[in-house]
Amino acid sequence: MNIAELQKKLLAAARANPPGDRVPYAFEKRVMALLAARATTDPLAMWMRGLWQAAVSCAVIALLLGVWAFFNPTASTNADDLSQNFENTLLASVDQNDLAQ
Amino acid sequence: MEPTEADLIAAVLRGDAASFEPLVQRYSPRVFATARRYARRESEVEDISQEVWLKAYEKLKSFRGEAPFEHWLMRLTVRTCYDFLRGHQRNRESSFSDLTEPENDWLERFVAQPETASENADAARLLIERILERLSPQARLVITLLEIEDRSVKEIAQLTGWSVPLVKVRAFRARAEMRRILAKMAMDKYL
Repeated sequence: MNIAELQKKLLAAARANPPGDRVPYAFEKRVMALLAARATTDPLAMWMRGLWQAAVSCAVIALLLGVWAFFNPTASTNADDLSQNFENTLLASVDQNDLAQ
Repeated sequence: MEPTEADLIAAVLRGDAASFEPLVQRYSPRVFATARRYARRESEVEDISQEVWLKAYEKLKSFRGEAPFEHWLMRLTVRTCYDFLRGHQRNRESSFSDLTEPENDWLERFVAQPETASENADAARLLIERILERLSPQARLVITLLEIEDRSVKEIAQLTGWSVPLVKVRAFRARAEMRRILAKMAMDKYL
């Protein structure tokens, strides 16, 4: 059997018989109904949208705070004071115990 | 006056989902004809077409309007059909012992006198469907687009998202794969 010739013949058969383009009755209505159902009952999509919006807001806030901290050199000295005060407060009981001994 | 395609797309993007319906109505015949090249059962054809339209609605924002909507939709259709083929790789290793009588007759006529075996015969159409079903998804897609739909390599590259050299390589392999399957069919029948 001539395989190359058979291949040619069968491909010609496929070309000679193109598939039909018939569309089932009211197919577009079915698609529209599916789209409507998806839009109303897709909690995952709503959750994802909310998450993305929250992520973008957080990124913008972080960026603004970063810019603000960068352009405020006085903020760093205040931060040092704050950390020192915080440490003193936290270790106050230990210091008192040391003094009592 | 009937709204143009661009008007309908713009309306859908503004949130008017109802404007999508005329697009579905207008282009569904093309989508169905393409899906029928890759799926035999009508229920599968409908599933593919439905999937295409749902994806089209979701991805409409990515349509930039540089090329006609139909081209964009056909890319989506071909890729959905390819996904379908990859998900439904069945019967690829079965033998050809279950050929029907008309198919056997057609083959015998071809062996005896190749020129008398008509390509318009139903048996030839069924035989090529059997062969295509046994091809790998990549090979089937390339053979269908290149040999049956007579598209250029460049067009296939645009439709599939593959590079031009990759399409050429896959076309070469697909033809070889098809010849191997035909040889197997000949062996199953005559040995």
